[in-house]
Amino acid sequence: MSKNSEYLIERENKQYEVIIGLEVHAQVTSESKLFSQSSTKFGAEPNTQVSLVDAAFPGMLPVINEFCIEQAIKTGIGLKAKINKKSVFDRKNYFYADLPQGYQISQYKYPIVGEGKVILDMPNGQKEIGIERLHLEQDAGKSIHDIDPNNTLVDLNRSGVALMEIVSKPDLRSPDEVNVYIKKLRSIMRYLGTCDGNMQEGSLRADVNVSVRLKGETEFGTRCEIKNVNSIKFMQMAIISEANRQIDLLEEGKEIDQETRLFDTKRNETRSMRSKEDAHDYRYFPDPDLLPLEISQELIEKIKSDIPELPDEKKKRFIDKFNLSPYEATILVSDIETSNFFEEVIKNSDVKLATNWITGELFAVLNEKNLEISQSPVSAKNLSKLINLIKDGTISGKIAKTVFEQMIDGDQDPLIIVKEKGLKQESDPKAIEELINKVIENNSDKVAEYKSGKDKLFGFFVGQAMKESKGKGNPQLINKILKEKLNG
Amino acid sequence: MSDITSKSLFELTSNIKEKKLSSGEITKAFIDRAEKSKKLNVYVTDNFEKAIDQSKKFDSNPNFDLKLPGIPIAVKDLFCTNGVRTTAGSKILNNFVPTYESTVTQNLWSQGAILLGKLNCDEFAMGSSNETSFFGNVQNPVGENLVPGGSSGGSSAAVAANLTPVTIGTDTGGSIRQPASFTGTVGLKPTYGSCSRYGIVAFASSLDQAGPMTKNVRDCSMLLEVISSFDQKDSTSIDYKRNCYSKELSKDIKGKKIGIPKEYRVDNMPDEIEQLWKNGISYAKDCGAEIIDISLPHTNYALPTYYIVAPAEASSNLARYDGVKYGFRSHGQNLIEMYEKTRSEGFGDEVKRRIMIGTYVLSSGYYDAYYLKAQKVRQLIKKDFDDAFSKVDAILTPSTPSSAFKIGEKTNDPVSMYLNDIFTVPINLAGLPGISIPAGKDKNNYPLGLQVIGKPFDEQNILNISYALEDKINFKNDISDWWLSE
Repeated sequence: MSKNSEYLIERENKQYEVIIGLEVHAQVTSESKLFSQSSTKFGAEPNTQVSLVDAAFPGMLPVINEFCIEQAIKTGIGLKAKINKKSVFDRKNYFYADLPQGYQISQYKYPIVGEGKVILDMPNGQKEIGIERLHLEQDAGKSIHDIDPNNTLVDLNRSGVALMEIVSKPDLRSPDEVNVYIKKLRSIMRYLGTCDGNMQEGSLRADVNVSVRLKGETEFGTRCEIKNVNSIKFMQMAIISEANRQIDLLEEGKEIDQETRLFDTKRNETRSMRSKEDAHDYRYFPDPDLLPLEISQELIEKIKSDIPELPDEKKKRFIDKFNLSPYEATILVSDIETSNFFEEVIKNSDVKLATNWITGELFAVLNEKNLEISQSPVSAKNLSKLINLIKDGTISGKIAKTVFEQMIDGDQDPLIIVKEKGLKQESDPKAIEELINKVIENNSDKVAEYKSGKDKLFGFFVGQAMKESKGKGNPQLINKILKEKLNG
Repeated sequence: MSDITSKSLFELTSNIKEKKLSSGEITKAFIDRAEKSKKLNVYVTDNFEKAIDQSKKFDSNPNFDLKLPGIPIAVKDLFCTNGVRTTAGSKILNNFVPTYESTVTQNLWSQGAILLGKLNCDEFAMGSSNETSFFGNVQNPVGENLVPGGSSGGSSAAVAANLTPVTIGTDTGGSIRQPASFTGTVGLKPTYGSCSRYGIVAFASSLDQAGPMTKNVRDCSMLLEVISSFDQKDSTSIDYKRNCYSKELSKDIKGKKIGIPKEYRVDNMPDEIEQLWKNGISYAKDCGAEIIDISLPHTNYALPTYYIVAPAEASSNLARYDGVKYGFRSHGQNLIEMYEKTRSEGFGDEVKRRIMIGTYVLSSGYYDAYYLKAQKVRQLIKKDFDDAFSKVDAILTPSTPSSAFKIGEKTNDPVSMYLNDIFTVPINLAGLPGISIPAGKDKNNYPLGLQVIGKPFDEQNILNISYALEDKINFKNDISDWWLSE
């Protein structure tokens, strides 16, 4: 990255750098939980998706869901990471009402996935973010404190749901990079089908580690961990707020305590949750109910062969094959649904126009209506028809916008709209010549002015001719014939 | 009809198949005797009414192809039984009624057995004398005020007192073999992974194994055949071909190499135990076995290793008993207070002691020195056995360093209580099968047991050796029925 784009926080003559590492908790896309057969479906009535294992009844034992293992391996491959052929499930012991076993089954010393990387496309180039590890663990249940005034209620539907904890190296340096990192991670997992990345449903959350140091310093400062932040916006707010808090402390000559903090979204500030001294002793040890997880090379190869084209590769292909700019390609591959939509549209239509129409008009509509591309009111099929109408000169780009506005309403076929509304472009040179003759006749004074050197008037004639054609005149043809007439 | 209850499992199944006895008659005989045996305190929960119904049901449509046709069986109260209270000998599960069945007990019912009731045991199987049970101590039928061993003390007493034809216990560090030894009965701890742990209240997951407790070796082979099965619900269950242990049972052990580990000659071992062992060796020789001196050099470390590993796992396994979801709950002003009161009031002293030890050895800063080191020593102990088994087919040792002791004698001295497990614990640490058979008596006429240890999955071999020795030893448990009431 070039120097001028660095994210630095200024204090009288001093510049502070912000160091960020993320522990992302991504819910594994899987019908059933990590160690039981209960459903993982979101939004069910409380405590309706709870097995005896999830509720930790006496004598109940965890049995690994092999699909979740494959999902973790797949994700590891997507992160260009080392898959560990042997990993171990550990127990992380602590008491809480929504943790029925009194321990969480996680992976501590030996995670299933080792070091990897994620490439970020930043405005001024690419940046690589290191992945430290990915491990599998169970989610806890949910404590609900605000229904009953006297009691805490517990919903165990989430208890035992498989999570991947993806730990980044402290390579992130700005809220913008965090934004791009989370989106990229999400994109990779959605391409792979290993996590739906739905932040509203809690499928993706993060613990954010923040420290600061003076620009140029090489040692890391003391870090604080902000627990369980569930949207990119909040992550960014928390980072800015926490970094400033730490810098203020340093400026006052105080030390930063290594601690765990919570982000108060309403007050836009982080609050101490527990200090290092109060940190839990989780007493990790290998879960004796589960054997070490051994993964064969064959399984890894099999999963590798099923890996779809990922965003980075797709982007390269879009640039090489379709001649897209890196910017356009990045936008189109950022989401698998978008890239699929794009590829569907260009099957039968012009790439350049498709790129412009998807990233322009279509995105504007989706944004305005707050829709995902999978819910697009205009299908890929009809959009490609519209593009073909522009390409073959049946309608102008301007008319196309009118047509598009109508297509939104119930995904109408642009051919029918053009036919019914009589919007077909006038491309007959004779007809165009006729209406230009009329414009010239009606504006002889302006013609004289133009001929005496007032070139700017050309636009006026185009406008008049367009008006005469009721907007349907082929703009290229109008231009061409006008030029011949006026200059000839 | 009192002779019904003194019959072996083999005799009872034969009698049923030959229609000499009905399930109803047998069930009633055991229930009648139990009603007169309350003094022994073997039952935590009885299932007598349902058992009578089920025996009648069996008799109305008997299936003689089953391995336990209409046989009433009481089981240790550590096995979860669907619809029947399961306490693990603890106040904290005093009111707990499972909605599910352990795999091992399900295997019994699938072969026609009928649940008589749930047998007393040390709280969460932590104890060697059945004195830690919330439901009170159990009397050893061998003599008044004598402990029946533990933790499967209710089970050993019930078999010895003819209150159940056979039973199943669990063995984490000797909890089947030591009580068998104390009561003059047979108890086998199978290879780790032989019997499913699904539905058994967990004590120490890497050590727990269910196993048969019976009057003789043949019954033991019959019961093992039923309870041992591969189970996908237990990730540590092992998928291997299990023998038809009773069919393949044989006294022919000619040429078998039996190892005698010198490290089991511990200091202060009573002469009578030494003598018992010598007798066992000479009987084995008489049967044509070859006796080979072996060394298990890390034996001395087994007990301390066990008392780190087992409490560590227990401290975590017992975290689920927190008053939130089931079982006993005490009232607190907040969550932490509720936890503290529930667990303080719900657990007994020995359980608390082990939770504290386990929590300590897993704590950061102590983990490496205790838990990790214990795991390493465990590997060395395992290796000792691997090395020994490259030279011998089985190992013969005493089951316990003493005979049954008096109730209350060791309750204030946990370490002396723990020493009871000195010969049995290494076998759990190594995951091996071990069987205790009655082999003689001490000066008080209390039973003493010998232990035969086998290679992994070699239960058939140790059963055969025990079968041969049993024949030579010809042990008779003279129990006077001193506790019977009218």
